[in-house]
Amino acid sequence: MKRNLIMMLLPLALLATTEAQAFDKATIDKGEYLSRAGDCIACHSIPGGKPFAGGLAIDSPFGKIYSTNITPSKTAGIGNYTLAQFDAALRHGKRADGSNLYPAMPYPDYAMLTADDVKALYAYFMDGVTAVDQKAPETALSFPFNQRWGISFWNWMFANDKAYQAKTSKSDSFNRGAYLVQGLGHCGSCHSPRGIAFQEKGYDESDNSFLSGGKIGIWTAPSLRGGDKGALANWSKAEIVDYLANGRNDTTAVAGEMTSVIEHSLSYLSQDDLAAIADYLKSLPGDGNSLAMTAAATKKTSDELDSAKVGINSGARLYLDSCGACHFTQGQGAARVFPKLDGNALVNAKDPSGLIHVVLAGARLPSTKGAPEALAMPAFGWRLNDDEVAQLLTFVRHAWNNQAPAVTAADVAKVRQTIPQTVMNATRP
Amino acid sequence: MAQQQKAVDVVLVGLGWTNAIMGMELAQEGLNVLALERGEDRDTVPDFAYPKMADELTYGVRYKLMVKPAKSTITVRHSLTETAVPYRHLGSFLPGDGVGGAGTHWNGHTWRPMPEELRLRSYVEETFGKNIMPMDMTIQDYGVSYEELEPHFDFFDKVLGVSGKAGNINGKIQAGGNPFEGPRSNEYPLPPLKRTLNDDLFTEAAKAQGLHPFPLPSSNASEAYTNPYGMQLGPCNFCGFCERYGCINYSKASPQTSILGALKQHKNFAYRTGCEVIKVNLADDKKTAIGVTYIDGNGEEVFQPAKIVVVGTFAYNNVRLLLLSGIGQPYDPVSNTGTVGRNYAYQMMGGATLFFKDKVFNPFIGAGSNATTVDDFAINQIDFAKEGFIGGSYLLAAQTNGQPIRNLPLPQGSPSWGTGWKKAAKDYYGHSMTISSHGSNMSYRDCYLSLDPNYKDNHGLPLLRLTFDWKENDLRMTQFMKNKVGALAKGLNPDFLKMSFKDIGTHYDVRPYQSTHNVGGAIMGTDPKTSVLNRYQQSWDVHNVFVLGSSSFPQNLQYNPTMLVGALAYWSAKAIREQYLKHPGPLVQA
Repeated sequence: MKRNLIMMLLPLALLATTEAQAFDKATIDKGEYLSRAGDCIACHSIPGGKPFAGGLAIDSPFGKIYSTNITPSKTAGIGNYTLAQFDAALRHGKRADGSNLYPAMPYPDYAMLTADDVKALYAYFMDGVTAVDQKAPETALSFPFNQRWGISFWNWMFANDKAYQAKTSKSDSFNRGAYLVQGLGHCGSCHSPRGIAFQEKGYDESDNSFLSGGKIGIWTAPSLRGGDKGALANWSKAEIVDYLANGRNDTTAVAGEMTSVIEHSLSYLSQDDLAAIADYLKSLPGDGNSLAMTAAATKKTSDELDSAKVGINSGARLYLDSCGACHFTQGQGAARVFPKLDGNALVNAKDPSGLIHVVLAGARLPSTKGAPEALAMPAFGWRLNDDEVAQLLTFVRHAWNNQAPAVTAADVAKVRQTIPQTVMNATRP
Repeated sequence: MAQQQKAVDVVLVGLGWTNAIMGMELAQEGLNVLALERGEDRDTVPDFAYPKMADELTYGVRYKLMVKPAKSTITVRHSLTETAVPYRHLGSFLPGDGVGGAGTHWNGHTWRPMPEELRLRSYVEETFGKNIMPMDMTIQDYGVSYEELEPHFDFFDKVLGVSGKAGNINGKIQAGGNPFEGPRSNEYPLPPLKRTLNDDLFTEAAKAQGLHPFPLPSSNASEAYTNPYGMQLGPCNFCGFCERYGCINYSKASPQTSILGALKQHKNFAYRTGCEVIKVNLADDKKTAIGVTYIDGNGEEVFQPAKIVVVGTFAYNNVRLLLLSGIGQPYDPVSNTGTVGRNYAYQMMGGATLFFKDKVFNPFIGAGSNATTVDDFAINQIDFAKEGFIGGSYLLAAQTNGQPIRNLPLPQGSPSWGTGWKKAAKDYYGHSMTISSHGSNMSYRDCYLSLDPNYKDNHGLPLLRLTFDWKENDLRMTQFMKNKVGALAKGLNPDFLKMSFKDIGTHYDVRPYQSTHNVGGAIMGTDPKTSVLNRYQQSWDVHNVFVLGSSSFPQNLQYNPTMLVGALAYWSAKAIREQYLKHPGPLVQA
């Protein structure tokens, strides 16, 4: 029977090779791998849509920018692009017709790419992706943002156009990590603060604000600086690798926009590349903002919760009734299953919006090869009102070692507006 | 004219434990695998999400996760001369509904069978002589040995993340474990669950009587755990909502928490819900199956072609599907011919409730398999010739939950309603513990399954008919256990003691719950004249049909069946992967 199966599969395999005549399979595979590293699919597909067919509306301060169809369709995609045109678009934000791409596309980061990697990506997008002959919606920003020529000035002011220069004083792993983080990974797009013209403040470690935290929608993209006193100072390299590969590690779990980055992209990277990324992040010095953790602070809150002598309508009581089953009174959760709340970055983010979102809408881990279980936290939005969520989170943000500003009912109401009722009701009896 | 779907290599009927395992094994082999599940899709979130699962009335009393009798049931009678009538309200057994099947609502008791149980007839005859077998007792050997299954027990232990303490590792007896168990190649993957007061009291009493107490092997995870498929379990928080519930906490091993997420990563695996398989379709020569026919959510009949059919539904449903499909010869107890339906067996339980005015047990701190047990009265420890029965039980002190509707035991003589009941409930809630016996049930010539001649389901197909009653052998066994439990209970000196064991002459009552462990009807064995399946759970008659689950057991174990059910599924999968795919055909020549 197994042999029959192989016979059945053979014609398919043959078909694939005949189609892939222009580039060899190794180059196409490499391009696919690099496209994962660049998370191209995230912006260039809509959920449930055809891969790379574009059409995703990306909110910018200037209006909705629609991602383009980057399948090899000659009518709707980039099928007519030459390698040079592809390179110009990818690394310099120039369309085939010579006009500028909006910098929602992270070409200032991709400028770092080597010619070989650009060629592999080209090979993949030409021969490894299925063409979709369906045009993505045109981006139509209002004046003056519809004047694409103006972007040339922006590019001149802010964009980077130097390919990555390896630092001979550093290890291969550092250089590989830096190349991936700064270049294809375009981590700075979310995790670096933006400047006055919405440009990333710094494109590499020479700038202290590089990867020191940013915003994406309502989510806080935390600082990724892993050196001494950095936000990730308490994370081992293995924990960083586990997080990037699987969205979870011994202390925390992914939520928000990063979830799909892990599911569709980072979980496909090799352990070596992920280790290189960890090496690089650990090399970035911190700015002294890491939370000081003591066992005494942990114990103080857990003693209070264990005593069960808490106010009837207090945040502590809400915690015991709604959160304690998984995160426990010590706020330590369980390694790789339930995130630790004591010292958690999302809990301690200055802007509580992401945390509020998790409580109202719940959260689900990505299913990856290494950690296939899509562990989920149920939504509590159907059950807790704005005031209760505010009380609960104010308690959590002061519990154990956490030190973050209080949450108001108005903060909660604002986030609640962004969540469809069906999402909050999904776990209602 | 039935619709026809695209052919697959393997179709799995049902998606509970057995077919989650088979799906994984055959997807790993690269085959195109499709599972058809009668019920709904189910996942921890949203279906078991906290706090909705902690609703005793909806799930515990009204059985929201179970098959509804109005949709699917069986008929029941005590003897060949009676007319069977439909089982209209769940009680005696609780077939699970939906993805995960009964594997979502179990308690997590995870025992291996004793080596002797897998070759019970041989063991009894070799040890006590052929003459001790009562007339018409039809117990048999499984045809597969404990040693052959050990690697699969070991792997399934790891898939489930069993919490426990080994008693016998490679023949070396370990302190704190079960000294009477078969040899294990490894310690349990997780340490035992934390102990509660009832455990400590039972342990003391058992030791005082020279017995060997140990923690019940549990699929409620004692710690955070990642299994060989990368699936993760969270530490159990003893919320007490296990049996009849899906776990809110990713703590109880279920197909969802242990296998399905990893299985869905395989692009060559797919499943469809709302698909009720009504027939395995056979080729003209009746030697092979060509697929299955199911009724989809719209009530349409659909033919699903497949090269291999794996039947893995609740035990008695497996038997019905074989009968409806004309696979094998139906069993006839009068002429003692045929095999399909033969050797149905159940289980024999009894219990004692001990009330202590001055002890507080905090019963709401519980878990499905939070218990201490002894196995000193197991099948390989009893002199059957001397005691006058064949069988055995383990005894356990369990604290599974403090749910107030179904778990409010009161001393004998307490009023059952009104002010008096309220006072007794207030006085005794949380002041009792239990010691129970969980035992074997032998199989007999006139206990069997067949198609009902009178009652039909909503598709016009005959219901399955169960003919079953208790036999003196098994009642004597439970009376023996009554003495043992009574002695242990009295050793603890309770203020009140309530004993509940079946007396000689008791008839089977289908209404109360007494373990949902149905077995038999499509049994495995060494002889096609007395078994439906060969030692690989492959149909003797139709070689590309495999039937998984406790319907394969020729008689019941003294233990909960899940471990053996899972290990047998791995055993069959290995035979398919290593032998059947290379040479499709009967794996055993009869």
